[in-house]
Amino acid sequence: MSAILAVRDLEKTFGSLVAAHDITVSVPAEQTVGVIGANGAGKTTFINMITGHLRPTKGGIWFEDQEITGKPSREITRLGISRSFQVAQIFPSLTVFDNVCVAAAIARRSGGMWGSITTPVRSPDATAEAEATIELFQIGRYRDTPANTLPQGVRKLLDIGMAVVGWPRLLLLDEPTSGISIEEKFDLMNVVMSALKTRKITVLFVEHDMEIVARFADRVLAFYDGTVIADGTPTDTLDSPRVQELISGVRLKPAAGSGGHA
Amino acid sequence: MFLFAAAAAPLLPEWIVSLTTIAFANALVVLGLVVLWRVGLVSFGQALYYCIGAYVVALLARWTGLTDAFALIVIGGVAAGLVAVLIGFLLARYREIFFAMLSLALSMILYGVLVKTESLGSSDGFSVTTPTFLGYAPHREALGLSLYWLTLGVDAIAAVLVGAYFRSVAGALAAPIRDNEIRVEFLGVSVNSIIHAKVVIAGILGGLGGALAAMAIGHVDPNMAYWTTSGSFVFVTILAGAGSVAAAFVGSLVFEAVRSFAVDVMPGLWQMTLGSVLLLTILFLPDGLGSLVSRLKRRGEVQRP
Amino acid sequence: MLITFAILTDGLVYAAYLFIVAIGLTLIFGVMKILNVTHGSFYAFGAYGAATAVGIYSNADWPAAAGFLFMLVLAMAIGLVMGLILERGLLRLVYGKDEVVIVLVTYATFLILEDVIVLIWGPQSYAAYQPMVSAGNIEIGELVLSNYDIVLVAIAAGLAGLAYWSLKFTRYGRLLTTVIFDRETAAAFGINVTLVYSATFVIGAMLGALGGAMMAPKIAVTLGIGVEVIVLAFAVVAIGGMGSIEGALVGALIVGICRAAAVHLVPQIELFVIYGVMALVLVARPYGLFVRAQPRKI
Repeated sequence: MSAILAVRDLEKTFGSLVAAHDITVSVPAEQTVGVIGANGAGKTTFINMITGHLRPTKGGIWFEDQEITGKPSREITRLGISRSFQVAQIFPSLTVFDNVCVAAAIARRSGGMWGSITTPVRSPDATAEAEATIELFQIGRYRDTPANTLPQGVRKLLDIGMAVVGWPRLLLLDEPTSGISIEEKFDLMNVVMSALKTRKITVLFVEHDMEIVARFADRVLAFYDGTVIADGTPTDTLDSPRVQELISGVRLKPAAGSGGHA
Repeated sequence: MFLFAAAAAPLLPEWIVSLTTIAFANALVVLGLVVLWRVGLVSFGQALYYCIGAYVVALLARWTGLTDAFALIVIGGVAAGLVAVLIGFLLARYREIFFAMLSLALSMILYGVLVKTESLGSSDGFSVTTPTFLGYAPHREALGLSLYWLTLGVDAIAAVLVGAYFRSVAGALAAPIRDNEIRVEFLGVSVNSIIHAKVVIAGILGGLGGALAAMAIGHVDPNMAYWTTSGSFVFVTILAGAGSVAAAFVGSLVFEAVRSFAVDVMPGLWQMTLGSVLLLTILFLPDGLGSLVSRLKRRGEVQRP
Repeated sequence: MLITFAILTDGLVYAAYLFIVAIGLTLIFGVMKILNVTHGSFYAFGAYGAATAVGIYSNADWPAAAGFLFMLVLAMAIGLVMGLILERGLLRLVYGKDEVVIVLVTYATFLILEDVIVLIWGPQSYAAYQPMVSAGNIEIGELVLSNYDIVLVAIAAGLAGLAYWSLKFTRYGRLLTTVIFDRETAAAFGINVTLVYSATFVIGAMLGALGGAMMAPKIAVTLGIGVEVIVLAFAVVAIGGMGSIEGALVGALIVGICRAAAVHLVPQIELFVIYGVMALVLVARPYGLFVRAQPRKI
């Protein structure tokens, strides 16, 4: 397997609106890729094409050397690609444990409707996976709390945890720190990234906070006007004048030895 | 509970046995509604399946001479289930009030067809031939008891199966779908398929209920498909609450008891009584009688140090 | 040719009746998002009230036109009082709850009111045919049309016009449109949504009662008329789209003409053609003909 995710000449148009065009990217396994760009630059369109919620008008997508272009999203989930949401999508009336357990049980059921009816939701497999995931994301103290009372950070961790119980090999995070206070952003990302690294998951995360991107990404894809205008290490991309002009603004700290936040 | 009810029967007067049989037959329809209620859907058209089950029993007995109760209820349930499979393709795409309205419309179509069809008895309906039980042909009290035990048997099997369903992935997805359908889809589940399955389950239960009721009452008529019949099933579901399988049976019993009591004691005002009971339940016991039971249970637990 | 004309006139009259009955229901649903089963009670009370009114003025020997007006005014007064009592007394208690729960509350209220009718008017039927008889008939070729039916159609058309005009050109109408569109935003703009709700419910009740009063001379005023009317009104509103006045008009016309066609051509399907149309429309347009789908908010 050359790259876990390969995208070639990807394009998506809606009538006369070109949302994304000429995207060619190759992501090796276990890399952590930060995706930056202004709203409307094509990041979400890109993500949605990978997860199968949008069908590309041109180009192809390969996952683990298998073409997945235009496949329905349910199949793509089953193949090993998962995503989390900018606004945490959880089940408010269930406890944290039940949230994760349901997700784990879904991932583990044998195929189709018959499988759904015959597999118990609290099977030993699912419950063990749920406990493990809760530990992994360090939300054990909220295990029996109803999800509608959770603080924002825990909601996000739960949301990501639910995306991970099926052991996906590729995870797309949509603005993981949006809505989180500045003091908590780094702690949250530390927990998330170490959890994902433990499970050897390749990560693409969309972020608007450049400090986060600089600290946690191995590689940065910068989107502008529907296509990738920069692709390289955080230092290279975030310091490039073009990226600074169009997306990120000028960095105040010197390029070498940066990290942490003001 | 079922064993107790079964054993107690021969000791009770005939009218109680008959009342309870009908209540337990209707309870199956209510159980189907509970399955749908858990996922946030209310069907105002379960009378469709109830009526199909009932008419299938009555027509088969009349046209083919088949009177075996076991065979009849199975065929009734299967017929209703097949209709549910067909309708489900459509119905599974709707939610909330639109689901309720479409199910209402479909049941009223059946009503309209039956009322105007001479060969099916039009608005008078027709009587149901006395059922037999694998060759055994009881009369009077023995017949009443046989039907009673058959109904209890079907109820017990249904209770066990539906309970297992609630613990399965498909059943347990009810609350998540109600909470956040989109997330469930993103986890890789076809929500419409799950709902389709629930419509079918409710349809089969409705058909079984109707088949049993037809034999217990001895008569079928188009009113069994009318919206007020669906309304009374929904009424019982509210009364019972969706908390447990047992709630459907208890609620159905309470409803029949209240209705009979109201019709006997104040024949002119039984609708008012029923309406008031429903109103009070909604206002003060929004999770139904089932929640009252769990509240009492919880209080019992807190008492113990 | 004659049959076609008969179908059209019958259909129009039936449509007029359906529109008057449905407009109150769709108004309440559009503004308050409540599917009001009690609407059947307003209709029934209006019909019984009309029967009483007819009794009063027949004995007192009033001129027909005055009597007719009296009948309508009395019915609307009944609707006004009932609407106020129900909205202030009962609906206030359940506003925040689930849509379906509120429907069940209105259903329970309907059941209670059915027996209240028996308490007030007894179980017997009433006849209120006087206005219809005194209006007389006109003959067009071989067809005999009742003048009363023509008045019915005229009133329905007038009501439609009035509704359209008030929604577009009066202050209340514009407030209503805003609240129908987005309740939260309307409240954020300082619109007194509670007042709009009360006013709407009362108007809906009055319209329901008006419908009952207008139909009373044509039917036997007896127990159970509310039950039938509810499903019919639902069908019309579902076809037209909840909350849409144009929808109620078009829905009423479609149902009216289809039913008239069935009665004249294929009588067996009379009852089920209405619900068949409803099912067909819901399949093609789940929100009705005139309401666009609401996008789901994440």
